[in-house]
Amino acid sequence: MTARILALHLAVLAALFAAQFVLPSYHVTSLARIMVLAVFAMGYNIAFGYTGLLSLGHALFFAAGMYGAGLPALHFGVGGGTALILGLLAGGALAGAAGLLALRTAGVSFMIVTLMFAQAGYLTILYFAEYTRGNDGFPVPATARSLFGFALSGDRMRYMTALLLFSAAMLACLALVRSRFGRIMVAMRENEERSRMLGYNPYAVKLTALAISGLYAGLAGAAYALLFGYAGASFAGIQYSILPLLYVLTGGAGTVLGPLVGTAVMFWLTDIASGLTSAWLMVVGVALVALTLFAPRGMLGLIRERWAKWLP
Amino acid sequence: MRRCRRPIWGVTMLRLEGVSAGYGPVTVLRDVAFEARAGEITCVMGRNGAGKSTLLKCVMGLVPATAGRILLDGRDIAALSAHRIPGEGIAWVPQGRRLFGPMTVAENLDVGLLVRKGDPALRERVLALFPRLRERLDQTSATLSGGEQQMLAIARALCLDPRVLLLDEPTEGLQPGMIALIREVVTELRGRGVAVVLVEQRTRAVIRIADRVVFMEQGRVAEVTGPLSPDAPQFRHYVGL
Repeated sequence: MTARILALHLAVLAALFAAQFVLPSYHVTSLARIMVLAVFAMGYNIAFGYTGLLSLGHALFFAAGMYGAGLPALHFGVGGGTALILGLLAGGALAGAAGLLALRTAGVSFMIVTLMFAQAGYLTILYFAEYTRGNDGFPVPATARSLFGFALSGDRMRYMTALLLFSAAMLACLALVRSRFGRIMVAMRENEERSRMLGYNPYAVKLTALAISGLYAGLAGAAYALLFGYAGASFAGIQYSILPLLYVLTGGAGTVLGPLVGTAVMFWLTDIASGLTSAWLMVVGVALVALTLFAPRGMLGLIRERWAKWLP
Repeated sequence: MRRCRRPIWGVTMLRLEGVSAGYGPVTVLRDVAFEARAGEITCVMGRNGAGKSTLLKCVMGLVPATAGRILLDGRDIAALSAHRIPGEGIAWVPQGRRLFGPMTVAENLDVGLLVRKGDPALRERVLALFPRLRERLDQTSATLSGGEQQMLAIARALCLDPRVLLLDEPTEGLQPGMIALIREVVTELRGRGVAVVLVEQRTRAVIRIADRVVFMEQGRVAEVTGPLSPDAPQFRHYVGL
C-alpha cells in the first residue's frame, strides 16, 4: 500500500475524530449515524462497486445485524459486545445463505431474487411479531447499550464507538481491495468469463464477496441498534436496500471513501432540504439528476478519473 | 514456459478424439479428431463458421462436449469445470483480447499470476518476452494500443505457465510490425516446448511458422498437413483465399 493512500485515509479518520469538537451537537449525532450507515454502504460497495453484484436485498443483511444484536439483548439479556458480534455474524451468515441460491442467477434475475429474499425477511419479522414486536419494533435494553462498561447512549461515547467501527471497517476494506482477492473481485466485475479462463471460480469469488458484504451490513445493523437504541421492521424494507445503492452511486462505486462521501452528501442533503421545504424529495431528485449528468461515476469516481488515478 | 528436465518436444499434449459439441440443439463440432504437440505450432484454418473458435471454447470447457474425449497429456479433462482447466495447464487468449480495462498492465498480469501464487520468477520470464509491456506496467490497459493489448492478453495467459496455449486470431486488426512481433513471441514459445494452437484467418500472417495445419470445414477436420507454402491450393479450397 503506498504511503499516499494510507495517509489520505488516516487523514479522513483524523478529520472525523476532530469533527466532534467542532460541529454542533445535533450534527455530531448526525455524523455518528452517517458513519454507521457508511459502513453499510461500504459493505454494499464491496458487492456492487468491486464485484459487480447489483443486489436489492441488502436490507435483509442490515436487519439481520440489527435483530441479530437486538433480539438476544431483548430476550436473553446479552451484553453490548456479544450483541455486536452476533449481529455481525447474522449479517454474514444470512448473506452467505442467500448468496448460495441467488448467485445461481445473474443480472436482472439476481436483483429480483435478492429483492424477494429481503421481502421474505421483512415479512418474517412481521409474522413472528410475538418475538420481534412486528411493525412497532422495540427499544434495545439499556443493558446491551454499553461496551466495556461505557454507556453507548451518551453523545461522546456513541460518536467514538461509531468512529471506531467505521475506522476498522474502512481500513479492512482498504486492505481487502488492495489484496489479491480484491483484484480478483474487480476482474470478476470486469469480465467474468475471462476471469474463469484464468482459473477463478466465479461462484466462489462472488459468494465470498457477498458474505463479506453481509458482514459489513450486519455490523452496521447491529451498531445502529445498539447506538441509537431501536430495532424495527422498517429497516428491513425495500428503502434500506435502495439507500446503500444510492449512497454508493453518489460517492463513487468502486472507491473506498465513496460510500462515506455519498452517505454524508445524501444524508445532509435530505436533512437540509427537508428543513427548507416540504418538497424536499424534489430537491434530492434534482441533485441526483445533476450528479448523473456531470459525475456519472460518482463524486470520488470523477475525482479519480480526472485528477487522482491512484485513488483506491 | 514450463521448464522440464526432460525434453518433451513432439509429445502430444492435447488430443481430441471424436469430439462433438454445439450450442443447444445446434451441433457445431462433429466427430473432431485433433492433436497439438509440445514444441509445435498447430494452425487451425477454415472459413467463418467452420467451428475454429468453438473448438477452442470446447477445449476450455465453455462449450461442453456432447461426445468424445479431450485429453491433456493423456488425462481426460472433458468433464472438468471451465475454471479448473487453466489450472491443468491450458491457457486461452480469446478473440478481441478482453483485458480488464480499468486495471494497469501490472495488475492484469498479477490477476493471471495469482493462480500461480504470484511467482516472481514467472513474471520476469513473461516480461522478458514483452519488453514493451515492462515499460508500461503502470499504464491502464484500456489506454494501450491494439498491438500492446494483444501482447498483454498473451502475457497474461502466459502467467498461467501453460503447457498448451490457444490463440484465437491474435493478429486481428494489427499492423504488420506488430504481427511480426507476435509471430516472434509465438516462435519463442514453441522453442520453450509449449504446444501452441493458433486459429487464424490471415494465412500469410502465420503460415510460415506453422508446423502443422489443420483445415476445418462445417465443424469437421477436413485435412491435416505439415508446413505449407502460402500459395498451397488448400487455402483457396478451405479458406477461400
